[in-house]
Amino acid sequence: MTAPAIKGSFKVSEDWRPRAILLMLMIAMATLMISGWILHEGVFASDTPQIKTTNPRASFWRTVREGQAGVTTVQGRERTVLIQSGGENWRRVRNLFLARISPWLLGGVFFVILFFFFVHGPDKLKDAPSGETLNRWSLPHRLLHWYTALLFILMALTGLSMLFGRAVLIPVLGHHGFSGYLGMAIKIHNYGGPFFVAGLLIEILAWFKPNIPEKIDFDWFKSLGGMIGKGPRPHAGRINGGSKAWFWFTVLAGLIVGTTGLLMDFPEFGLSRGMFQVVHIIHAVIAVIFMTGSLGHIYLGSIGAEGTFESMWSGKVSAQWAEQHNDLWYAESMKAKPAQSEPAG
Amino acid sequence: MARMKFLCDVERCIECNGCVTACNSEHDVPWGINRRRVVTFNDGEAGEKSISVACMHCTDAPCAAVCPVDCFYTTDDGIVLHDKDLCIGCGYCFYACPFGAPQYPQESAFGMRGKMDKCTFCAGGPPQDNSQAEFEQYGRNRIAEGKLPLCAEMCATKALLAGDGELISGIYRERVMKRDSRPDTWGWQKAYNFKS
Ligand code: SF4
Ligand code: SF4
Repeated sequence: MTAPAIKGSFKVSEDWRPRAILLMLMIAMATLMISGWILHEGVFASDTPQIKTTNPRASFWRTVREGQAGVTTVQGRERTVLIQSGGENWRRVRNLFLARISPWLLGGVFFVILFFFFVHGPDKLKDAPSGETLNRWSLPHRLLHWYTALLFILMALTGLSMLFGRAVLIPVLGHHGFSGYLGMAIKIHNYGGPFFVAGLLIEILAWFKPNIPEKIDFDWFKSLGGMIGKGPRPHAGRINGGSKAWFWFTVLAGLIVGTTGLLMDFPEFGLSRGMFQVVHIIHAVIAVIFMTGSLGHIYLGSIGAEGTFESMWSGKVSAQWAEQHNDLWYAESMKAKPAQSEPAG
Repeated sequence: MARMKFLCDVERCIECNGCVTACNSEHDVPWGINRRRVVTFNDGEAGEKSISVACMHCTDAPCAAVCPVDCFYTTDDGIVLHDKDLCIGCGYCFYACPFGAPQYPQESAFGMRGKMDKCTFCAGGPPQDNSQAEFEQYGRNRIAEGKLPLCAEMCATKALLAGDGELISGIYRERVMKRDSRPDTWGWQKAYNFKS
């Protein structure tokens, strides 16, 4: 409609286009503004009762719902906050996400390992042990390992009970039986936690040096230490790539779970309710991942690889085991002390 | 069947803390625990508002959903109660509750909190109605005596209403119409239309 009028009022020259576009934009804007005014005054203003329904205090209630603090004479934790919404999110993440995903993760990895065991079989020693042994872990190292491992298992079982006991154990133990058990479990978890963290910190100090990754450790993964595939076993020093990976995984997951756990354990750290919700979810998610990873370590340390359990139990390994899993360490140990070598670290 | 609810009329509450005192003395609540509290916003400024709040006895209660020992139960009247013999003091209900209702007798190292305590809508707990055991653990059971919560009964301005949800919202609606104000059933959406 407007186009011919514009065309008519302008002398068509070479640069008519920019001016025409500018004019059209101005008309469009004016139309929009006028129509907005007409709509507002004409339509909404005529319907006065509707305007009254906008609550002048709506923003006030919004801030209250968002957890803004007021004042109160009652003493105590976050008493000044009338409504908090974080709890709803926490409930959803815990009950709908965490509690639904973790059984699949833990169970899935468990069955993958089981499947691997039955299809592939354990990693057997190529040559039968000759009786010659090498010292691998001295007593303090073994004590440190089992101390931390025991606490890890206690933490895992009691922690899982907090999440799944209601669904899994109440049908078995009944409400009172389960409450009695969980009352014990939460004490073990809360008092034992700092002891686990202590074990972890000593482990880091004691073992980080031999666990510093090297080039050959990355090659180790190509055939998972020779467990899969046909080629020759990859080279490995005192600690092979897989064990190093587990060590650093433990350090990372352990420090996160430990720090978040300590924060929740001691009110002295002053965790707010909102922070507690976040910290609890981090703690639980990382703990579930930690447990899932530990299944692999437990498998290889027990039935998964012949002779490995001995190294952490008696501290000694057969020469054949050493040659197969840690060939460079084996060669070095034999050179240093052909008959009986000392633990390297 | 009644569906018990609390409603605090914010145009009436004058922050006298009568409800808090009534509750503490009726149930012999230990020092440090307050099942009810009054929160004031814009204190001392224009538009100051006070609200008395305790457990709202939610539909689909978040506390009950997260309790690891499953110790909550909802009565036929819609009152959310819990069993202190089962509670292990984990604190989860406090983290989930929108209204900060769950309270603990202590908060010390290693997560020790003691048994959770909260408003019972003056309906006691699992032990025999009006028994000494019930009184010691949960306070008086006025509901079993056919009475309503004392906080609301004692409220001087009748700001705090307790009782069947339809009845009290009817009273409230009448007030709103008479004074030509706007309904502020704050917290009701959160407590009673909770979707998860
Ligand atoms: S107000 Fe809090 S304690 Fe009461 S029923 Fe709701 S979630 Fe539970
Ligand atoms: S503190 Fe008690 S009532 Fe609350 S969630 Fe934990 S066990 Fe349940």
